[in-house]
Amino acid sequence: MTPEEVMTVIAARQLEDGQVCLVGVGPPNAAANLARRLHAPECVLVYESGAIGARPLRLPLSIGDDDLAATADELVSVPEMFAYWIGAGRIDVGFLGAAQIDRRGNINTTVIGPYGRPKVRLPGAGGAPEIAAAVRAVIVMARHSPRTFVEQLDFVTSLGRGGDAFTVITDLGVLRPGDDGEVELTAVHAGVEVEQVLEATGWPLRVREPLEVTEPPTARELEELRVLRLRTR
Amino acid sequence: MQDLTPGRVPRGPGDRRSARFLPLSEAIAEHVHDGDELALEGFTHLIPFAAAHEIVRQGRSDLALVRMTPDVVYDQLIGMGCARRLTFSYGGNPGVGSLHRFRDAVEHGWPRPLEVVEHSHAGLAAAYAAGAARLPFGVLRGYEGTDLLAENDSVASVESPFTGERVSAVKPINPDVAVIHAQQADRRGNVMLWGLAGVQKEAVLAARRAVVTVEELVDELEPRPHSVFLPVWVLDAVVVAPGGAWPSYAAGYSVRDNAFYARWDEISRDRDRFAEWMREHILETA
Repeated sequence: MTPEEVMTVIAARQLEDGQVCLVGVGPPNAAANLARRLHAPECVLVYESGAIGARPLRLPLSIGDDDLAATADELVSVPEMFAYWIGAGRIDVGFLGAAQIDRRGNINTTVIGPYGRPKVRLPGAGGAPEIAAAVRAVIVMARHSPRTFVEQLDFVTSLGRGGDAFTVITDLGVLRPGDDGEVELTAVHAGVEVEQVLEATGWPLRVREPLEVTEPPTARELEELRVLRLRTR
Repeated sequence: MQDLTPGRVPRGPGDRRSARFLPLSEAIAEHVHDGDELALEGFTHLIPFAAAHEIVRQGRSDLALVRMTPDVVYDQLIGMGCARRLTFSYGGNPGVGSLHRFRDAVEHGWPRPLEVVEHSHAGLAAAYAAGAARLPFGVLRGYEGTDLLAENDSVASVESPFTGERVSAVKPINPDVAVIHAQQADRRGNVMLWGLAGVQKEAVLAARRAVVTVEELVDELEPRPHSVFLPVWVLDAVVVAPGGAWPSYAAGYSVRDNAFYARWDEISRDRDRFAEWMREHILETA
C-alpha cells in the first residue's frame, strides 16, 4: 500500500456517519467518498460547486462533475453555497489541502516566493478561507515534507485554529494543536519512525506523549479505495 | 472600462433591453471590445468555450478577465495574449493540477504580463452578487486575518454598525460584458439553464451587456428543477451554439470531457505546443 492510501484511509475514518462534509478535489474527495462506502453511508457530501447531498458512483475528477449534480439532493448557486451553507456554519467537517503549512496550522495555497513576483504561482484560495473559518471541524491533508511543513509561510491564504476541531493528516502521521495552539505530533502511522516525521518537518516539531500509532488500513478499506480510484474517469 | 459609479448604473426601465438572435461572430464583434472587463462564467458546468474561442479568433486584446475559476478557458485566452488583468478565486485545473499558461503569465510575463486581482470563492461570489444588486459593496467573513486582505484593493475590513463585528467588504463587480452558456432559449430570446448554476445569474445581472450561447432553440421553455430563467429583457444577444460548452458540459446534453482536461496539462505545458494546438483547433476553424 502507498503512503497516500494510508493518509486517505486515516482521513476517511475521521468522518462520522450522518455528518455534513464539505469536499474538495484530490485526496479529500477520495477520503470522503471512501467513508461513505464504509462506516458513514449517511454522510452528507457537499461540494462547493453547489451540490448538497451528492452520491457519486465514481470518484469525480472535478468538484463540478455531472455525476455530482445528477445524484445530489439539491443544487444551489455558488453565492448561496458560500453565504447560507458554508459561511453560516452549517458544515460539520471541511477538508483542506496545503502547499505550505506552519506550526499554527495556517495554510498557503497562493504562491511560493514573493507575491508580486512568485517563483511558483499556485491555484489560490478557492473556498479555503471560509472553510478554515466557518466549518466546525477542519481536516488538513498534506504530504509530509520540509517544503510543505515550513517555519514561515510565503503567504497566509487561510488561518489555522487551536482546539480539537483541527487535525492535520499526512502520509506519516497525525498532528493536532496543543494547549497553546501549536500543532504537535499525536500519532504516527504503523511502520513510521518519529525521526522520519521530525526530519520531514521544517520546525522542531513537538511530540505528544503518549504517542499513538494509527491502525493500519484494513483489506476492506484498501479494496474499496482502489475500486473508487478505478472508477475515476 | 471605467469604474461603474452608482449614478451611471441603469436602473428600472432604463435597464430593459431586448436580446437579438445573432450568429456567434456577430455577437462577439458587437458586444466584446478590446479593453473590456469581461466575465465568462460557468462553475465547471456550462463554461462558454465556443464564445471564448471566437474572442480569440477575433483577436481581442487588453481584456480585464473576471472568472471564479479561470479553468482551461482562461488559460487559453491568457496564453493567446488577450488579457491584461485577471480577477479570480481559484486558478487550477480541477483534479489535474496547474493552469500552465496562467502560471507562465504570472511567473514570467509570457506572452505579456498579467495583473491579478485575487479573491476567495466567497469573496468573488459576494462581489458579483453586490454587482447584480447594484449595492456599493458585498459583505462576508473569511478574509479576516489572511494576506488576501492586504494584497487586494477590492477588499477592506469594516465594522458592523450593529454588533461591532469585523467583517470584510468587497467592491462589487460590474463587468462591461458577461458571456454565459445555457441549455435552451425560446423563440422570443428567453433563456433557461439548469444543473449546477454557479454565478451565471449574478454575472449576467451585474454586467452592462450580456451574451448567452445556448445548446438549443425550443418553442417552449418547460419548468424544471434547479433551473435559472433569464428573461429576454435582461439580455443583449442570444446565440445558438450547440456543443458550445465543450470540454466542460451542459447537463442533459453532454458530459464533462475529463480526458481532455487531463490532456490539457501536457498541451499547455509547453509554449510552442500550446500555440500549435490553438492554431490548429481554434484559429483555423469557425
